[in-house]
Amino acid sequence: MSTPVTTETKPAPPVEKIKVKVDGREIEVPRTTPDPISGKPIPTTMIQACALINVDVPHYCYHPKLPVAGNCRMCLVEFGTPALGPDRKPILNQDGTPKIAKSPRPAIACATPISPGMEIYTNTPAVKQMREGVLEFLLINHPLDCPICDQAGECKLQEYSVDYGQSASRFVEPKVHKPKAVDLGPRIVLDDERCILCTRCIRFTKDIVGDDALGIVNRGSYNTLTAYPGKVFDNNYTLNTVDICPVGALTSKDFRFKMRVWFLKETKSVCTSCATGCNIIIGSREEKVYRYEPRQNDAVNACWMCDSGRLNYKWIGREDRLKDVQRQKEKSIWNAALNEISHKLKSAPVGSVAIIASARQANEELWLLSKLKAKFSALSDSVPRMAEGDKLLLNADRNPNTNGARLTGICFTEMGSTIPQIASGISSGKIKTLIVFGEDVTKHGLGPDLLGKLETLIVSDILPNATTRLAHYLLPGCAHAEKRGTFTNAKGRVQKFMKAVEPPGDARPEWEFLHELVFNVTGQDGFVTIEGLFNEMAKEVPAFKGLTWAGLGDSGATVPI
Amino acid sequence: MDWNFIIFSVVKIAVAIGVLHAIAAYAVLAERKISAWIQDRVGPNRVAPPFMKYIPVLGPVLTRWGIFQPLADGLKFMLKEDFTPAGVHKAYFWIAPAVAIIPSMIVIAVIPFGSVMGHQQMVIANLNVGILYTFGIVSLGVYGIVLAGYAANSKYPFLGGIRSSAQMISYEISMGMSVIPVFLIAGALNLSSVIAWQAQHGWLVIYAPLSFIIFLIAGFAETNRLPFDLPEAETELVGGYHTEYSSMKFALFFLAEYSNMIAATGMMTTLFFGGWTLPFWGLDQPAHSIGIAIVQILIFLAKMCALMTVFIWVRWMFPRFRYDQLMDLGWRRFVPLAVVNILVTAIVLWAIS
Amino acid sequence: MIVNRRPLTFWEKLYLPAIMGGLKVTMRHAWRTLFAGKKVTMEYPEQKWAVPPDYRGAPYLVRDQDGSTKCVSCQLCEFVCPPKAIKIIPPGPAGQIADRANAEKMPREFEINMLRCIYCGMCQEVCPEEAIFLLKDYSITGQSRQELVFNKEKLLALGGVHPGIQKWKHKAEEAKEQENFPVKV
Repeated sequence: MSTPVTTETKPAPPVEKIKVKVDGREIEVPRTTPDPISGKPIPTTMIQACALINVDVPHYCYHPKLPVAGNCRMCLVEFGTPALGPDRKPILNQDGTPKIAKSPRPAIACATPISPGMEIYTNTPAVKQMREGVLEFLLINHPLDCPICDQAGECKLQEYSVDYGQSASRFVEPKVHKPKAVDLGPRIVLDDERCILCTRCIRFTKDIVGDDALGIVNRGSYNTLTAYPGKVFDNNYTLNTVDICPVGALTSKDFRFKMRVWFLKETKSVCTSCATGCNIIIGSREEKVYRYEPRQNDAVNACWMCDSGRLNYKWIGREDRLKDVQRQKEKSIWNAALNEISHKLKSAPVGSVAIIASARQANEELWLLSKLKAKFSALSDSVPRMAEGDKLLLNADRNPNTNGARLTGICFTEMGSTIPQIASGISSGKIKTLIVFGEDVTKHGLGPDLLGKLETLIVSDILPNATTRLAHYLLPGCAHAEKRGTFTNAKGRVQKFMKAVEPPGDARPEWEFLHELVFNVTGQDGFVTIEGLFNEMAKEVPAFKGLTWAGLGDSGATVPI
Repeated sequence: MDWNFIIFSVVKIAVAIGVLHAIAAYAVLAERKISAWIQDRVGPNRVAPPFMKYIPVLGPVLTRWGIFQPLADGLKFMLKEDFTPAGVHKAYFWIAPAVAIIPSMIVIAVIPFGSVMGHQQMVIANLNVGILYTFGIVSLGVYGIVLAGYAANSKYPFLGGIRSSAQMISYEISMGMSVIPVFLIAGALNLSSVIAWQAQHGWLVIYAPLSFIIFLIAGFAETNRLPFDLPEAETELVGGYHTEYSSMKFALFFLAEYSNMIAATGMMTTLFFGGWTLPFWGLDQPAHSIGIAIVQILIFLAKMCALMTVFIWVRWMFPRFRYDQLMDLGWRRFVPLAVVNILVTAIVLWAIS
Repeated sequence: MIVNRRPLTFWEKLYLPAIMGGLKVTMRHAWRTLFAGKKVTMEYPEQKWAVPPDYRGAPYLVRDQDGSTKCVSCQLCEFVCPPKAIKIIPPGPAGQIADRANAEKMPREFEINMLRCIYCGMCQEVCPEEAIFLLKDYSITGQSRQELVFNKEKLLALGGVHPGIQKWKHKAEEAKEQENFPVKV
C-alpha cells in the first residue's frame, strides 16, 4: 500500500509561478506540482499547463493520478523556448518580445517539463498530422470490435478516431491476433487484441494499490498484457483498471454485456458502503441501476473506489424491496398510517419513546429524528458496523454516516452503548413505543420477545427483515439512489447525493414522511424541500454552521468532528 | 276546413321530402363517383349486401357500382358518437343544424314538380308570389351556418361562419336581381304561370341567358359549393362552420347542402328550362292521364339531375376563389350586370309593346 | 428576377375560355376513366402492388449464410430509432454466447414494436453488422397491440438469410492461421 491518495489535508507550500504561452494565450503556471504518488514536488509538465486552461491534449497513457510513462505518443505537441544569444541573454524581436526558437522536434506533453517563456502549440497542422499518424499505428492491430465491446461509447480510441482517424485502413496484412476474453481475475475480463499497451493498469495496480500483479510479455507486435504467472488479479481495487483503461481491453465482468454506456443516465452520488464516502456516478436506465463509477474528488477518493463498494448496488433493485405501507401487517396508505402514528405519539408521555436510528440514513433524516427525540426526551442510539479496513480507501467503519448520527445528536461517541438501556426500559415497561429506522434490531440486543412487549413498534426500512415483520407500522423507505440528501464521512466531509431512480411502489424518502411526522407531533415546520431542510439543519446543528445546500457543490465541504 | 286539401298536401309533402332526401343521398354518391372519374379513379364500388351477387344479369353491376354506399354512409352517421365539445353554446350548437336544414327543405314547397295528377296540382303550395317566398326562405339558410360557427366557440368554425354570412348575403342580391327579367318577360310571379308561359313561348334561358348565368353562379355561391365554398374550405379552415360537429348533426349540415343544391336546380329548371314541360309530344300541356303526369314529373327530375351534374362537375374543376375576389365578383361585376340586365329587358319589352 | 404579370385581355377577363378549358379537361378525364378503362388506381386487397426492389418496408433481423444470428446486440439501432420502437435485452455477463465463433454475444431478446415503427430505415443504416434490414412487408396488421410487438424469433424467421461478408468468421479463421502465436499465457 502506498501513501494516502487524498491531498487535501496539508496545504501546499507556495510555489514559484512561471509564465508560459499555450496556443498564444499567456498563463501563469506553478513551476512544480506534487507527484501523484509521493507528493514530492516535481516539475510541471506541458500537459498539466494545458489542462489549467482547458486545452485538451489527446492522450492514452497519461493519467493525472498515475506516474508518467510516456509510451503512447498521442500527446505530441510542438513547442518553442526563448532563443538565447551567445551572451546567454534572450534575443529580442524588434517589438521587444523575446524571440522564440521553435523546437525542431515535437515533444510528448505529458513528460516534458515547462520552462519560463515556453510556448506550446497544440493545434498546428504538424501536430494534427502527428496525432493522425500515432492513431493509425495504434489501430494497426486493433480488432475494431466496437459492436461487441463494452467500452464503446466511452472509448478514447473511438473519440480520437472521430477527430484524427482515417476513414479506411491502409493496412492490408492480416492483423496480429491475441487471446480474447481472458479471465484475468474474478472481476476482470481482458481482451488482449484491443489493448494499446498504455500500461495505465500496470502502473495503477503497482503504484497505487501496491499489488504488482500485471505486466507485459513478449515483444514487438506480440506484446501482451497478462497477470504475473501464478498470481490472480484479485485485489479490492481491480475494477479501477476498467475505468482507466482507455480502450476496451479491460472490462468489468459484472457489467459485461449488460447495457451500452450511452443509455446510462449519470447521477452524482456517494458510495454508502463505508465511512469513506467515495464520490460516485450512478449509471441507471429506465429506473434500474446498472453500475457505480468513481467520481473524482481529490479531498475524498481521488479517482478511485474499491470493488466491494462498487459492486454493492444490486440490493437497490431487489424484488423483495418493501413497497407498501403496512398497519398491523395490513396494507395501508401513507395518510392513514402517518395520522395514526402522529396521534399516538402526541399522547405519548415523556420518556416512553425510544428511537433506534441508522447511521446509513442521511443527515437530514437523523436530524428530524433528533427532533422527535428532544420532544420525548427519548433514549436513542444507532448500530455500529465495524469491519476490517485498508489503508487506501476502505474504512473500518462500514456505516456511511456515523459522524452524521453523532453530530445530529442521535447517538454519542460510543455508538450502540445505549441499546442495553433501551432494552431494560422495554422489559421494565417504561418504554412503550419504539421507532426503528433502517436497522434489524433483533440482531442487536432487542430480540423478538422484547419487541413483543411494546405497545407500538414503528419501523421504516428498505428491505424486509425480522424487525419489519414485527412492526405495527411499517413505512417503506428509499435507497440513497432514490432520494436526495447528505452524508458526513469519516473525515467530516458533508457530501450530497442525488436521485437516480424512482423508488418502488409506495416507498417515499424518509425525510419526506419524517418531516410530516415531526410537524404533526411538534408543530415545527418550514422545510418542505431537501434544500430547505438542509439549510434549516445547518442553522440549528452547530457542526453544520454556515453550510448551505447550494454551497456544498459537487464535492462537499468539511466540517469539524 | 277542406280535409281533402289537408290530406293531399300531407301526402305531397311526405312524398316530396322523401324524394328530396333520396336524391340528396344519391347526389353524394354521384358527387363521389364523378369526382373519381375526373381524377382517373374508380370511386366507391364496394358496398352491397352479400345476396346482391346472386341476382341474375343485374347482380354484378349492382355489387360493383356502390349503389348502397349512401345507405352505409347514413348508417355510419347514425351510429357515430354524437360528440359535443366542451365550451360550446349548447343551445345554439343543437339548434344550428336544424336551422340549416329546415329552410333548404321547405323551399321546395313552391316549385311545381309536375302538372296535375287527377285534380291535384303537382305543387305543394301554388303561391302567387312563389319567388318571393323562395328568396325569403333561402335567406334563412345563412342563420344555420352563422349559428353553427358562433356556437362552436372555436376559431375555424367562427371564421367559416363570418365568411358565409358575408358571402351568402352578397350573392342573394345578385341572385334576386338576376331573376327579375324572367318575371318581366313572363309577366307573373307565380311559378306555375312562368312554366305555362314557357310552354307557350319556349324556354326562358333563350330569352334571358344573362339572367341564367348570373343565377347559376349565384346559385353556386348560395349553396356553398366550389368555387365558392369558403365557409367550409377544408384546406384553410379544417371543416369550416361544421368543424366541431359529428355524427347526425354533421350529417344534417351535409344534407342541407345537398338539399339546397336540389332546391337551386329545381328553381333553375322551373325558371329557365320550362319546368316539367317538354316542347313536343304534347308534353307541354297539363296531363290528362296519370301516366303522362308521372312522365312529366320524371321530366322535371331529369332536368334537375342534369343541372346537378353540372354543379358537381364544376366543383371538381375549379380552384377556390380568394375572399376579396369573391366579394369583387359579387358586388362589382354581378350586381351592376344584373341591374343592366333588368334595364335592358325592361326597355326592350317596352319597345316591343 | 422580377416577372411582370401580363395584363389580361378582355377575352381572358371574361374567364369563359378558362372555364371551357377546365370543363374540357375534366370531361376528357372522366370519359377516359369511364369508357377507355384508363384508371390509375388499383383495387387493393385483390390486386397487389409489385414492390420495387429497394423498397423500405418493415425492419427484420436476418441470418448469415451459415444460419447464424447476425445481430450482436450493440444496441445502436435502439439508440438511433426515432420513435423508440426497438427494445433489446443484451445477454448480460452470464448470458448465452453468440451462435457463431468470435462474435461473443447476441441479443437475449430483440423486440420491434411495429405499431411504433415509422419505416425510416435508420436502424438499417446504423447497423454495423448488417443484421437488420427493411424488407418488403408494408401491410403489418394484427388483432392486438401485443401481437404487433415482434420478438427475436419472429423477426429472424421473417428476415430470412441475407449473405454478406462474415467478419467474425473471417477473424476466427485468421486467428487460427496464426496458431504458432508465440504468446503462452
